[in-house]
Amino acid sequence: MSDQVLAGDPRAPDRNIPDRLTSPFQRHLRSWETLLLAVAVGIFIINALSSPYFLDPWNLSDATFNFTEKAMIAFAMALLIISGEIDLSVASIIALTSTAMGYLAQSGFGVPELVAAGLMVGMLCGAFNGFLVTGLGLPSIVATIGTMSLFRGISYIVLGDQAFRGYPAGFSFFGQGYVWWVFTFEFVLFAVLAIAYGILLHKTDFGRAVYAIGNNPLAARFSGVRVGRVKFILFLLTGLMAGIAAICLTSRLGSTRPSIAFGWELEIVTMVVLGGVSILGGSGTIPGVVIAAFVMGMVTFGFGLINVPGIVMSIFIGILLISVIALPRLWSNFRTRGKVV
Amino acid sequence: MLADTSSAQVQDRGASARSTLRPLLSLRGVSKTFPGVKALSEVALDLYPGQVTALVGENGAGKSTIVKILTGIYQPDGGAISIDGEPVHFHDAHAASAAGVTAIHQETVLFDDLPVGENIFIGHEPRTRFGLIDRKKLRSQARALLQRVGADIDPDVRLRDLGIANKHMVAIARALSIEARVVIMDEPTAALSHKEITELYELVERLKADGKAILFISHKFDEIFRIADRYTVFRDGELVSDGLITDVSEDELVRMMVGRPVGQIFPKREVPLGEEILSVAGYCHPTEFEDIGFRLRQGEILGFYGLVGAGRSEFMQSLFGITRPSKGAIRIAGEVRVIRSPAEAIESGIVYVPEDRGKQGAVIGLPIFQNVTLPSLRRTSRRGFLQLAEEFKLTRDYTSRLDLRAASLDQDIGNLSGGNQQKVVIAKWLATQPRVIILDEPTKGIDIGSKAAVHEFMTELAARGLAVIMVSSELPEIMGMSDRVIVMRDGRIAGEFERSGISAEVLVRAAAGLGAGA
Repeated sequence: MSDQVLAGDPRAPDRNIPDRLTSPFQRHLRSWETLLLAVAVGIFIINALSSPYFLDPWNLSDATFNFTEKAMIAFAMALLIISGEIDLSVASIIALTSTAMGYLAQSGFGVPELVAAGLMVGMLCGAFNGFLVTGLGLPSIVATIGTMSLFRGISYIVLGDQAFRGYPAGFSFFGQGYVWWVFTFEFVLFAVLAIAYGILLHKTDFGRAVYAIGNNPLAARFSGVRVGRVKFILFLLTGLMAGIAAICLTSRLGSTRPSIAFGWELEIVTMVVLGGVSILGGSGTIPGVVIAAFVMGMVTFGFGLINVPGIVMSIFIGILLISVIALPRLWSNFRTRGKVV
Repeated sequence: MLADTSSAQVQDRGASARSTLRPLLSLRGVSKTFPGVKALSEVALDLYPGQVTALVGENGAGKSTIVKILTGIYQPDGGAISIDGEPVHFHDAHAASAAGVTAIHQETVLFDDLPVGENIFIGHEPRTRFGLIDRKKLRSQARALLQRVGADIDPDVRLRDLGIANKHMVAIARALSIEARVVIMDEPTAALSHKEITELYELVERLKADGKAILFISHKFDEIFRIADRYTVFRDGELVSDGLITDVSEDELVRMMVGRPVGQIFPKREVPLGEEILSVAGYCHPTEFEDIGFRLRQGEILGFYGLVGAGRSEFMQSLFGITRPSKGAIRIAGEVRVIRSPAEAIESGIVYVPEDRGKQGAVIGLPIFQNVTLPSLRRTSRRGFLQLAEEFKLTRDYTSRLDLRAASLDQDIGNLSGGNQQKVVIAKWLATQPRVIILDEPTKGIDIGSKAAVHEFMTELAARGLAVIMVSSELPEIMGMSDRVIVMRDGRIAGEFERSGISAEVLVRAAAGLGAGA
């Protein structure tokens, strides 16, 4: 080989390896996100054609409630799944947080205390999950199925078949208020969080560590990445997001029942996976999750406009989840089979 | 299934009588080439019934390749294998075991969560009339087999709950259950205690008495001379010599193993040594190593030689903060440091290029430049925000010096060859501007061109004042590159040698636990 000659000479000609072969723009053009965006536009057009009420700005504004709260959690969940972990207790964190806020509201506390309690309980739940996974080394899927029962169980014990009502007047702003024209507080918060998580994942050292851990946790550790700490922070963030979502949802509903947000974990994971995040970890983007949030929100809204019952929606979510996980695999099987023959 | 129980099973067992000297299994002219490496070239090997043949050779001599060919995992490129004079082809592992060849590895390949009895019979369980597994029969036959190997093990115990020695016993019982005629033992005593080794020797004697042909692979000369009847020496994939063990001495065996000129192909340069940069004292770990201490100066290349399992990697990983030592102190440039994580090691200027590149070195799935900058992000980023231009610049700076071959710097590292992956991993560490770099088997499994590049670069690093620790099981590399060599054996330092005092014999003897010279 001529390698040896070159390698032996310290002044070997600098072999110029380009930074990139394809520009980021080309890469985006062929991505899952672009495909998903096309689907979103398609659904938008179908909805607009099938119902005369769809294009009304106030209707559209109402439609955003179908996804804003779930999407807030989905952003943090996306990072968690990219890092190779998962949190299935998020909906139960909402239940526990909402119960705690309801309890405080009944005891006569004001809005600032309720909000602080919501954030605190969410973070504590997240920290507990993080401790189980990074401290005790439990697999997250098992640990968070456990806390899923635990957190909601506490809520059931406190509430039984009762409900907390009577939140202070100003509390309704988070779930029902408008910031400007048709833009709700929730939608603005969703947009701000989307940008914040997009920056965190794609533009910071922390985000890079998340990808490294998701692709090879051992090599990441051998490269000096503090794997346990990063994962703990991700669980904490996910808990915090569930807390924020709980504030919005409780404010919007104006009451707390122990069954609040029941089954949301499934929809949130579906949203993340639909957004192109690999369920095995290591890849995915925040823009993908944002588009997936819109797609799921519009589908729900569209079904609502043509009076499809809720149970059909749940069947649809199930089929969607299986399809987005199975399709890429079937596709590659199909392609390789073609090659072998 | 039916097709595999073919001619090999239908044999006249009486024919392999003890008195004849006909080999039971023989290989002729067997070759095997991997991309860039000729692992075996035209080797011959004979195994005789009722005899133990010891296979000796350095790492990379082709021992494991021959085991894999004999057990049907690799197919030879050329040559012939015959059993009782009949040509056979092991097109897969099943065919080899059907022909009566079985291997017992260092880490037995059994099922931890199944009971011992089922481990012994898996794949050929005794059946009832209805085709279900006959558990009663399985248990009683397992018990009988375990008694035959002299092991007092309950067949219902899960394998996980046994020690390594007993796992070996189970593996051997399994070998008996499939009526194996050729038993390959690949460093069977590497992880055993003294008492367990004695028991294993007794078992080998029993297998001999049963007329099994045994291939015994070991680096330990005392046990070779204790239990082997014959020897075969491989070097660089070629047969060097074979014969009766009584016709050869330890010294001759060592010489045949290592006998080749070394030194000229290595780009070693004499470098004036600088200040002492690292000193380690009394490093201990409950199970892996004990009382390791040494000093290292700038510009020095310190080689760590030893057998596989001598505790070298484990010690290096504790220096790098992966595992915590139970005792011991480190000083870097005279300053006491405590290293509890790789992140702290990197901050202290110690970096580690692991042996297992795919699992520990490269983050496969991430592009080249992200692999390189992963530990250096604090330098390339601004307040925690990534600066891609800086990252590409840093990557280019370090990879170009290593003569990296890649299509682009944002290509997935997983698409590179092993040698180029190794260059990326090394570039990653150099970019952190370390003071001590630990290279664990840096050229294992990479092509010759990349090997030369790594060696050349190592020399250059030392010349620039970096202190280099190189763990290697390849004698020529150790001898060609090191200023000083520490030999480890069983987790302890077995000897320390200056460059002037190094010879292959001395190192091999120290690693194998033989006295100095005969």
